[in-house]
Amino acid sequence: MAEKNSVLLEVKNLKKYYPLTAGIIPRHIGDIKAVDGVSFCIKEGESLGLVGESGCGKSTLGKTILRLEEPTGGKIIYRGTDITALDKDAMRRFRKEMQMIFQDPEASLDPRMTIGQSICEPLVIHNIGDDKQREEILTQLLLQVGLEPAQANLYPHELSGGQKQRVGIARALALNPKFIIADEPVSALDVSIQAQILNLMLDIQRQRGLTYLFIAHDLSVIKYVAHRIGVMYLGRLVELADKQELFRKPLHPYTEALLSSVPSVKTKDRKRVLLPGEVPSPLNPPSGCRFHPRCHRAMSICSSEDPALKEVSSGHLVACHLYRG
Amino acid sequence: METGNIDAIVLRVNELRTYFFTRRGVIKAVDGVSFELRRGECLCLVGESGCGKTVTALSILRLFDSPPGRIVGGTVCYNSTDLTTCSPQQLRRIRGKEIALILQEAQSALNPVLTIGDQIIEQMRLHLPMDTNEARAKAVRLLREMGIPSAEDVLGYYPHQLSGGMKQRVLVAISLSCDPRVLIADEPTTAVDVTIKAQILDMFRELKEKRQMSIIFITHDLGVVAEIGDRAVIMYGGKDVETAPIPDIINFPKHPYTMGLLECLPDVAKEVERLNSIPGMPPDPSYLPSGCAFHPRCPRALDICPRQEPPLVQLSKEHKVRCHLYG
Repeated sequence: MAEKNSVLLEVKNLKKYYPLTAGIIPRHIGDIKAVDGVSFCIKEGESLGLVGESGCGKSTLGKTILRLEEPTGGKIIYRGTDITALDKDAMRRFRKEMQMIFQDPEASLDPRMTIGQSICEPLVIHNIGDDKQREEILTQLLLQVGLEPAQANLYPHELSGGQKQRVGIARALALNPKFIIADEPVSALDVSIQAQILNLMLDIQRQRGLTYLFIAHDLSVIKYVAHRIGVMYLGRLVELADKQELFRKPLHPYTEALLSSVPSVKTKDRKRVLLPGEVPSPLNPPSGCRFHPRCHRAMSICSSEDPALKEVSSGHLVACHLYRG
Repeated sequence: METGNIDAIVLRVNELRTYFFTRRGVIKAVDGVSFELRRGECLCLVGESGCGKTVTALSILRLFDSPPGRIVGGTVCYNSTDLTTCSPQQLRRIRGKEIALILQEAQSALNPVLTIGDQIIEQMRLHLPMDTNEARAKAVRLLREMGIPSAEDVLGYYPHQLSGGMKQRVLVAISLSCDPRVLIADEPTTAVDVTIKAQILDMFRELKEKRQMSIIFITHDLGVVAEIGDRAVIMYGGKDVETAPIPDIINFPKHPYTMGLLECLPDVAKEVERLNSIPGMPPDPSYLPSGCAFHPRCPRALDICPRQEPPLVQLSKEHKVRCHLYG
């Protein structure tokens, strides 16, 4: 079984650039640096949460790890194997162990397939079991995600948003994966349904010993599900720490601002750090530290030198010139 | 007449019912909602999808599609005019001029082929005795007030040249251009990022405090409500199930639905092992459960709940609830 604390996935200096072309005869004029040198590792059985605002590259990062997008540079190491350069056939073996839950359950299910067919499709593709065994697996999966086995014959339009997301989870579980990337799994759902889905995902993690990479823009959701949290800004990881540590002692000025701008029912009149301006374009990121034009603690070094992500206390990493490790 | 000296009432919605008559049946989108909006307050309409909060807002200005929609009951009183029955001419003078509406998606609310300047000036020229130059000057002033840098240049921009947060500010600028007394904002912060959300909430707070604007703020996010609201109307199944000042809603919720909403909310300031979720899902407004619409999901449902609609119970001067547990 899963040994605790062994590294399941390691990402080293991962990059994903989208080339931008112009002209009738397309000419390369620049790159959109969606993910620009991100490194971290995830231990077996833990949940790593990734937060950031739109355009920070968190979704691209998720897709690149599963090689749904081909990385431009860097390495992805899964259980000791470098999967960055594996060919299609070799990759297929690993795909079984790594699955994804998507944001929009509406768009990620085929409207012409019953939900039973959708959930069983991965089994068919990977040639697992015969019809009868698949039927059994399907029944178990449906029960585990809180649906009735009889609902297998329904089409997606006959289900509510929350039920569709349950189908999405069942499909991701079909191949009995070890690692699941969940990209904003609850952002499209109503509040009362969000809690149901989050609880379900936590239950399944406990039952199956799953490892999650949980991507969301909502810090309160991340706080509920993740053990460690990484904060992204413009294609970079700017801070990574244990959940409690990050909330108690955010180091990066961006994290600080992010934490203070989350509306909360519980706190009143807390100190707010309002960020001026907006996230700049990843096509032409600011020089030096990418956050410096919006940072209230920027120094002269910040506009010229790019801060590296370094460990400033045990397990707490930050990329900021204010901290010199 | 109202007693209203300090808490002068600007707008009063009474037992409003808006139904949609479709081939598949009658959809009771709004089914008996009452509240009053006081001068200089921010009243939040809170609820999940399908609870009727947006249709309530649209009904105030009669902006829903008709047919199939129709206001089948209730009144909306503004300045002793009943907006549900007044003439289209009267209504046109009120829309945008007296009561302004900010729609949900900034992206689709702006006309993509007109410049920002054209869209702000259009409304002022329609309602106010102003020439283009005056209107232009006012537009620049408004954009600046909304915190838009280089406002003169922005007047010449098209919507696609602006970011989501900027578009939201432009929409607020348009809605303020005729100095309305009431602002209705439908989920103005849902489509934007957290840091931008904080900026926009600050802007609304300022409007309320500096201009004494009366705001109806529609949202599903209780965190946002706690940040800017004075009072809240919690909606479920087309009805106002609980109305109270925000501190009461958060600290002493009475309706089981309000309690459930608060408990199932992950919150950055909370340490919880497990969220208490509400079982089931919000009802489809075309098949509302009998009696109290919340009874199938209610942990404290009584025998009477499926049989009889709960009456509105006045718990205190400011706290109203529709639930059989009380009264």
